[in-house]
This record gives sequence, C-alpha cells and structure tokens, in this order.
Amino acid sequence: MSIFIDRDTRLLVQGITGRDGSFHTRQMLEYGTAVVAGVTPGKGGQTFDAGSATTAPPVPIFDTVADAAEATGANVSVIYVPPLFAADAIMEAAAVGIPLIVCITEGVPVLDMTRVYPFVRDHGARLIGPNCPGLISPSVCKVGIIPGRICAPGPVGLVSRSGTLTYELVDQLTRAGFGQTTCVGIGGDPINGTNFIDCLAAFEADEATTAVVMIGEIGGTDEQEAARFVSMHMSKPVVGFIAGRTAPPGRRMGHAGAIISGATGTAAEKVHAMAEAAIPVGDRPVDVVTLLRERLAVAGRGAA
Amino acid sequence: MDIHEYQAKDLLRRAGVPVQPGEVADTPSGVEAIATRYGTMVVVKAQVHAGGRGKAGGVKLAKTPAEARAHAERILGMSIKGLVVTRVLVAQAADIASESYVGIIVDRVSKRPVVMVSPAGGIDIEEVAATTPHRIRKVAVDPRYGLQPFEAMQLAFFLYRDVHRARAAARILRQLYEAFIDSGASLAEINPLVSTPTGDLVAVDAKISIDDNELDRHPELAALRDESAEAPSETDARKANLTFIKLEGNVGCVVNGAGLAMATMDLVKYYGGEPANFLDIGGSSNPEKVVNALRIITSDPQVRVILFNIFGGITRTDDVANGIVTAIRQHPLRVPIVIRLTGTNEHEAVRILASAGLSAVTDMDEAVRAAVALVGAETAA
Repeated sequence: MSIFIDRDTRLLVQGITGRDGSFHTRQMLEYGTAVVAGVTPGKGGQTFDAGSATTAPPVPIFDTVADAAEATGANVSVIYVPPLFAADAIMEAAAVGIPLIVCITEGVPVLDMTRVYPFVRDHGARLIGPNCPGLISPSVCKVGIIPGRICAPGPVGLVSRSGTLTYELVDQLTRAGFGQTTCVGIGGDPINGTNFIDCLAAFEADEATTAVVMIGEIGGTDEQEAARFVSMHMSKPVVGFIAGRTAPPGRRMGHAGAIISGATGTAAEKVHAMAEAAIPVGDRPVDVVTLLRERLAVAGRGAA
Repeated sequence: MDIHEYQAKDLLRRAGVPVQPGEVADTPSGVEAIATRYGTMVVVKAQVHAGGRGKAGGVKLAKTPAEARAHAERILGMSIKGLVVTRVLVAQAADIASESYVGIIVDRVSKRPVVMVSPAGGIDIEEVAATTPHRIRKVAVDPRYGLQPFEAMQLAFFLYRDVHRARAAARILRQLYEAFIDSGASLAEINPLVSTPTGDLVAVDAKISIDDNELDRHPELAALRDESAEAPSETDARKANLTFIKLEGNVGCVVNGAGLAMATMDLVKYYGGEPANFLDIGGSSNPEKVVNALRIITSDPQVRVILFNIFGGITRTDDVANGIVTAIRQHPLRVPIVIRLTGTNEHEAVRILASAGLSAVTDMDEAVRAAVALVGAETAA
C-alpha cells in the first residue's frame, strides 16, 4: 500500500501548458499516473498531447478547476503555476472539494500562505507543499517531480523537507535494496500544508510500511515536534538525517524556511530531540542506510 | 530583504505612525545643514544592516549643528560589522519618559502573523524573550480579519495603564499591522516606541524586512535594496538567479538543490574540510547558470578546490557538464576541480567532460573526500 496517493488517484494538473507543467505531466504519464485533466485559463476545450513515450490518450484541458473536477472526477491536484498565482490556485482546488492538493511552486509569499492554510483546512483538504517535489508511490503513482527511475517499491516510508537531498537518499535506499511505500517531499517553506507529524501518522497507519526515514533541515521546530510524536505514538522504527550542521545563523540556506533564528532551529537542537526520541540520525547521508538496516534487524528480532 | 531604518520609517509614516522627524545625508555638511534647520538636539545614526549600531559608536547625540557635523565625520566611512557606513539619518532627539517594544513577525508554529509588545523597550526582543519572557505579550492574528481593535487594545494596555496612551498605542499597532501586510513584510518592529513626558508616542527606531518572494509584487520596495550591504559575490549571484552565501572556508561548492547543498557543506566539514560557500544552481539548470556559478566561485581567492555535486533529476547532468566545459574554455581554472554527477543523462555528461579532459565520479561521499584531500595535500606541500 501507500499513503496519500494510490491506484485510485485521478490527477488534475493546474498549469498544465506551462514549461514545467507540460514537462512533468509527460513524466507522470510515462510513470503510469492517471492524469485525467489539466487546467489553464483560456485554453479550455484544447487537449494536452501525452507524447510518444506513452500510450496514454490526450489530456483534456479546462478553464477552471470546477469544470475539470466536474467533468473528470479528479481527486488530486498538482500545481505548477508561477509563485504569485499559486495561493489562488491552491484555494481554487480546495474550494471545489479536491481532497489532496500538491503545490510544487517555489517562491510563494509567506503571507499568502497565512491565508491559504486556514482556507484549505476549512475546506477539509490536505495541502502538500508549497516548494516541494511532491510524492511518489513507486510503481503505482507519481504526483510531482521526484524522478521515478531512482525509486523502487518496498516497505520504507520516506518524508523530507528537501528535493535533491531526498533523491540522494532514495537512490541510496534503492541501491541498498530498501524499496519504498511512498516518498513525500513536504517542502522547504516556513509555512507548509503537511508536516512531518502528518506523514509519520499516515506511515504508522499504513500496513505496508515497516520503517520510516525522516529527512529534516535547519529552521523551525517541526523536527523536534515530530520527534516527540514518534516517542509517544509510533511503533515503527524511524531513522533520520538533518541537513545544515554547518549553516551560519541568520542566513536563509536556499529554502525560505531553512534559517536559524537566534538560537532556534539549529541542526544540533534537532539531532538532540531526535536522539531523545530514539531516532538515530546519520552524520552522513550514507549512514542513513546503515542505521535503517540496524533498526530493522532489531525490530525483526523483536517481532520474532 | 532588509531595508534601512530611514526607509522603514518612511513606510511607517505613510501608514500614519507618528515617527520622530528625520532626514538622510551622506556628507558631514549635509548633516550640519539638517541640524541647523531643525534647531533642536539631533541624533546622528549610521544606516547599515547591522544590529548593535549604538555600541559600535554609530549613533551619537549632538547639541549643536557643529557637533552633529563632527559626529558625521567620524560615522560616515566607519565600518560596523564589516559594513561601511555611507549614509546617516539625522533625527530630532525625542524626550523620553519610557520606552516600549512593538513588533510583528510571521510565526511558523501558529502559521499566522504574531504581534508582540513589551514594556522593556530599547533592547533586543530576543534578549527579553530569553531573560524576562513574562514582559512580552503576543497575539496571533487571523490574517483573514486582520488585527482587531480589541486585540490591539489588549496589547496596548499591557504597555500603558492610562487609556489615552493605550488608545494611541493601539492605533499605532493597527497602523504597523497595515504596513506589515501592505509591504509583504516578514518582520516589522518599532523599538523603541517612546512615550514623551507630555504623553505622546513616537517611533524612534524601526526595522522592516521584506519577504523576497513579495518583491515582484512590489517593485517600489525592490528598488529600496542597498547593494552596498551585500557581499559583491552575493549581488552577482542574485542577478544570475543563483542562491549563494559566502562562508569562510576553501572548498568551493556547486550543488543543485538547497538540501543537497547543505548536506554537501556538512560532509566537507565531516571530512575535515571547510566549505567556502553555499551555492544552489537550482532545478532546471541551463549551462549558463553553471558558467556564472564557476565565475562567482573562482573569484573568491580563498577557494583551493572546486567541488560539484549534481544529482540529476530535473537537472540534466549533460547541461551541467556543458556549462563546466564552456566555463573552463573561457577561463582556465587555477585550482583543481572534483565533479560528482549522477542521474539524468549521466553517460552523455561523462562523455562531454572526457572530451575536455575531465572526469567525474558518481558517489557523493567519494567526491567530497577527494576534494578535501586535495586541499589537505596542497596545504601540506
């Protein structure tokens, strides 16, 4: 099984005709994701060519999310629109009742997110991102931009605030024989729709997931709260990695949310909180695989 | 993006906040002219993006225009935390009965703008939070409704007992909130907000940071950027759409993606090296970005080795390889280069690099160890 997306996912792409949207829509179609609709205002009635690498039919394009959802029954939306339009796109999807919204766009103003977050919650939707690579349930469904090639199906759940660092770790897991149930990138912004705890709880409830890899970075207290959640509510082993041990305080390290403010949000503080919760944290990315192997061996003995 | 005190005060003045009168000058004679016109005691204040200006000698009270000029001669050109002062604000000195703090930030936990006040004004709010947290009161504002009058009054009564000043403070809080939202700020604070012996309130110092992601929406605010406050290499990188932060080490890092870039720096340190920078060339990187990245990195004389760490997902590794080869043809390298690339089109990338006599590895750990070893070997030699 998997979390958030599966074989029943019927995907809508907001911004399907843009440069990023069109490229990644073809990648998702090639991966086998059911892309059922696209939205670009003014291009309703046209179709999006799926390309030669897939047998998928052309994707119908609509002017609005409401039209697209009504005509196709889409139940997940992925957003590739420019940053100043992203907040509106998220709210448009939530208002129509799309239950899962994944916003890839980087550079959404944080004040926009202060308005979007309660709007999405009040409409009962889940938002993943913004500024995230999306998610993938290997061999089943891909929503976003995580390269399918590096993933393999298996029992490990992965949740991360990063993009390429996620790919690095997924690649190492796959090479070491650890396939994944679902890999989720929750994004590098200070306000995002889904946090570590949401994903950890979903992995705990997912029967197919036997262990979780959690990849955090400097800034905020999300990892520290997740560590407390793990110690109180999780039976499955969790291992981690924290990026930014060498980051100087007060500087944004690429991600808008990756900033040490005063004395809060340091890597040391996060590693400490995770150690307290019995979450081993790798010093190097490659150590994560070793730690996972050790934890699974211990868990296996415990079960036997 | 940080803006200067005088720029922040202009934004507040436009929002209706009573601000201590002041003007900017960049010469001692300009300062003297302003002080003469005011005919009051003035404060000469260095305009730099650094805290602790007072302790550094960048804020001075002057009784006469001649004294103001003398202060300006010392302050203009002085260096505060590595930043050279090119402008000073000349402000009419305020009579101080008491000092308060009022500020707004975007809070990650409540996911709302949070308005904070403290009667302990004039000192750093983080210090107040650490030592006397009971002297701070906060309200997390629902941004859909904005700061309500009753919320502002609750906060204002925490600062002032008498209703006259509390009303004035509540009005200022709501004006500050409007300025915060209208300018797309991530921080806006007045510290100190001064109460005068006659009971008036006036903003004596102000700080506003604008969310970089809002600047396309506010070209008039983007124009307030002071490039002299940034390292030249950071200005150069920003214009090339690269995220670059200069550090003190000698291993120049070029990486795609912020998380991987941080992890690369951490690994350099783990193996005993020191990263010279954080540099993220971003997702869909074209060869041009790589050329710019190499130019910026190699302009740092401290860099002893260049380390590329590219995980090709969206980024095509052949684009990166083309960028490296183009850059090296334009400006041959004077330091060794270690290239790690894996992922999309890696075979093509390796072929492109080989045609220029370069090689690459696929393992991140191996590449970082090699780069650190090269620095060590050179230092030993």
